[in-house]
Parts: sequence; structure tokens; C-alpha cells
Amino acid sequence: MMAALIFIFSFAALMQFFVSYCRSLIAASARRALSADVQDVIGIKRSASGDDFARVMQFLYLCPDRREDRNGIKAIGAYFRLLGAVGTTMGRLIPSLRAWTESERSQCAYFAAVALDRRIAHNRDMFAEQMSA
Amino acid sequence: MVGPFGYTIWLLGALLEATVVVCSVFRGPLRRYFTLNLYMAVSVLVNAGRYWVFTRHGLMSSEYIYFYYYSDAILTICLYFALMGLYAIVFEELGVAMRLRVFMMLLLIGTTLFSYSVVHQSETRMLTRYIVEISQNLYFVGLILTYVLWAALLKLRESRVRVIQIVLSLGMYFSINAGTYALRNQYPHLRMVWGYVPLVAGVFLPIAWIYAFMKFDDEARLAPARLAAVPR
Repeated sequence: MMAALIFIFSFAALMQFFVSYCRSLIAASARRALSADVQDVIGIKRSASGDDFARVMQFLYLCPDRREDRNGIKAIGAYFRLLGAVGTTMGRLIPSLRAWTESERSQCAYFAAVALDRRIAHNRDMFAEQMSA
Repeated sequence: MVGPFGYTIWLLGALLEATVVVCSVFRGPLRRYFTLNLYMAVSVLVNAGRYWVFTRHGLMSSEYIYFYYYSDAILTICLYFALMGLYAIVFEELGVAMRLRVFMMLLLIGTTLFSYSVVHQSETRMLTRYIVEISQNLYFVGLILTYVLWAALLKLRESRVRVIQIVLSLGMYFSINAGTYALRNQYPHLRMVWGYVPLVAGVFLPIAWIYAFMKFDDEARLAPARLAAVPR
């Protein structure tokens, strides 16, 4: 009985910590404005929509990898899928939850856009360094 | 038998734990986050010790099983010290760090005695059962303490990204391990589940700490209102 209670509480706490952790990753990049080039390429100006996420991720996979971003992008990808599952299942019963998951999904898309922006800037720097060497 | 996946995760975990200490040394927060680094250093040594016992006695030997569970209990106690260090950082301006340390030590002793009393009352008194029971309870109390710390971070409107991410990742680690040990107590035959989940969690924790140490400095901040799941 006690083990079952511990398991249920641990699972609930894990979900809450995971959501907060992903929000902390997103919040760290939310204040960063996108460069004009990236805005043109992906069509996102200041705020993104959840539907943009898959498209931005495709651009991210096209761009050479940056080791520092890799884990954060994976965590946000998992968070995005979790939000999608919660939104489609429980969101039907609770409309406010659906609105919340949609707003979170749009922030995930913005996080991915900022990551793309960083990757492009990093690759440009690398290219410039190679040209000058 | 440990398969290639098990070996890879084991080695990766140990390397990442060593990397946390190295990153701390080069990025500067070694003294400030001393207890966290102490835990990672002890974990590397424990992994080396486990490998040594494993190669000499085998995975299913009683030597390895005893060494595994006792070293896990020691690691959990080290994790308590890491948590104490985080409490000290969060509450350093309030000047209550010493009282918190005393409270947490008493809680640790209380949990150990409680686990012993639970197993002592049972008819089949086995030392390994005591260790599983104590590990489950220690991880659970650690989870509660991390949850309290997280609530305090939100209440105090803590905005240091590094501290926030370390606390949250520690909370996830405690939750996974407490849940896994509880599952092991309930369903001892589900070895495939509780055998690998702690190993994966053991890889996640150093990755999250390396990210926090390398990506952010101590002064990097974010708006605390963005962290609460319910908008404030």
C-alpha cells in the first residue's frame, strides 16, 4: 500500500518537475529576438504557433548540429509530444487545459526557432573563421 | 547478464559524472556547488568499485548485490548533502542554513530508523529487503525535500537559472528513483523495468548539471512567473 502511494506521488511529482524544467529551458530563450534572416526563412516574427514546431524542427535537422543545444532540443521535443497527447485527450474535457497546452506548444516552437537562429549564427561564425584562416 | 546497452549506459553515466566535476573546475562553481560535485565524485568512485566487484564476482553474486545496494544507500546520503548545499544557496540571505542542515540530518536519521523498524517487524527479515526499503524511503524523503525546496524557490521568486535547473533535475532524479524502488517493492519480478530505469536516470542527472554549469553563469536569470505551470 505504502509502495503504491509512493509510486503515484513520485509519478505526479516527476511530471510536475519535468514540465517546470522544460519551462525553464523555454524561458531562458523566450527573451531573445529572432534575427531577420530566420524570421524570413521560417515565417515567424515574434510569436509562433504550435503548428510551426514540426517545420522548424525540420530546418533544425538540416542545419549542422551544435552540441550545447542537443539535449535541450530533445527535452523540448519530448515536452511538445507530451503537450500534444494531453491536449488531444484531456483537452476535450477541459477547454482551459487545451488553451494552455496550445500556448505551451507555441512557446516550444519559439524555442526551436531560437535554437535554429543560434545554429545558423554559430555556423556562420565557423565559416568566417575558416575563410580567414 | 549485462548487455551492450547496459554496459554503454553504465560507462556513459560514469564519464558524464566525471565531466560534471571537470566542468565545475573549469567554469568556476566548484566551491559554490561543492556538495553537488562531491556527490558526482563519490558516484564515479562507486561506479569503479561496482565494476571491480562485478568483474570478480559476477552480476548475480551476493557480493555484488550487497555492494550495489549499500553503495546506493551511501550515494543517496551524499545526494542529501547535495540537497543541503542547495538549501544553503537558496536560503543564504535568510541566514537559516544551519537550522536547515540540522533538520535534514534529523530527518535522515529518522528515515533510517523508520525503515529498520518496518523491516524488523516483518517475519522474513532479510538484509537486502531492508536496503530496498531504506532506499525507497530515502529517495522518497529526498523527493519531498526537493519538492519543498522547489515550492520555496517559487515563493521566494528565485530567478537564477542555474539553481532552478539543478533543483528541477534533482527533483526528476529523486522522483524516478523513488518510483522505481516503489515499483520494485510491489512487483519484484519486473526486473526489465526497474533494472534499466535508474541507469537512464543516472545518465540524465549529470547531463542536466553539465548543461546548467556550461550554459549559464551564476548571474543568468529568468522571470520566475514563467516557471509555474499555473500562470501567476
